Amino acid sequence: MTDPDGVADRRLDANAAAGPLAELFTVDLTAAVTTCAGCGNRAPLAAHPLYADAPALVVRCPNCAGVVLRYASNGSRLRLDLTGARLLTVTLGLD
Amino acid sequence: MRLTAADGYTAQRSYSISSPPERPEIELIVERLEDGEVSPYLTDVLRRGDLLELRGPVGGYFIWPTGTNEPVQLIAGGSGVVPFLSMLGHHRATGGSRSVRLLYSARTVDDLIGRDELDHQPATVEVNLTLTRGVPAGWPGLTGRIDAVLLAGHTIPPAQAPHLLVCGPTGFVETVAGALIELGHDPGRIKTERFGASGGPS
Repeated sequence: MTDPDGVADRRLDANAAAGPLAELFTVDLTAAVTTCAGCGNRAPLAAHPLYADAPALVVRCPNCAGVVLRYASNGSRLRLDLTGARLLTVTLGLD
Repeated sequence: MRLTAADGYTAQRSYSISSPPERPEIELIVERLEDGEVSPYLTDVLRRGDLLELRGPVGGYFIWPTGTNEPVQLIAGGSGVVPFLSMLGHHRATGGSRSVRLLYSARTVDDLIGRDELDHQPATVEVNLTLTRGVPAGWPGLTGRIDAVLLAGHTIPPAQAPHLLVCGPTGFVETVAGALIELGHDPGRIKTERFGASGGPS
């Protein structure tokens, strides 16, 4: 499990962004279908690769690797960049 | 989980719940990482009665498929078995009749998480364990890393169109997901969750 240099294992799924994003959104954004602004690929946010070691959480498109979402929280300030997400579709009542 | 030090410094981590939703208490399994910031605190310093700040459960994607009785194939590497312990507990608690299989890879027999629970599953659940390093005498299970051959022999075949949930380290998940597609499974039926080491969700 433990990667000696701790780098390779840090490419996660955006599933792991569910907790941080819940600081900002009242719905579960990881289940939302996200359309990439770059290539138009559509996939649940949770199925996107997440790079957790950058200064912000960086979510990339599983098709073109373009940045779809960036999110940073330092305790006193939240920053959200959705430039790379053309559309977020949330299906209500999943629970 | 959020921890706040006396000087106000906070660290936040995500953990998988291993207990089923039917249980009133919540059980988390924390893997201790030597160079970790939070896991050594949780495993070495935390005492009964200490207070923790929790939020959740969060994440509605990598979940037990509901509203259907279709078969479910679970595939875990290392501590990736943790969310499956919760799902299997739910399956048992609800007396589910659907067919469920778990293929679980760990390094050694001592690294197996929840083995006692996995050894006592209802008849609808078949568990296959494989060890990748060091096999004790009389080991009744499988040996070797999960690859296409192991998957073909010990998982629900594509013809039965199971839901497939794969959880483990990044390399493990990508290898397994690729092999499942090669075996003929519909990529749309495969859901993955990669577990990170060193401070990631584990």
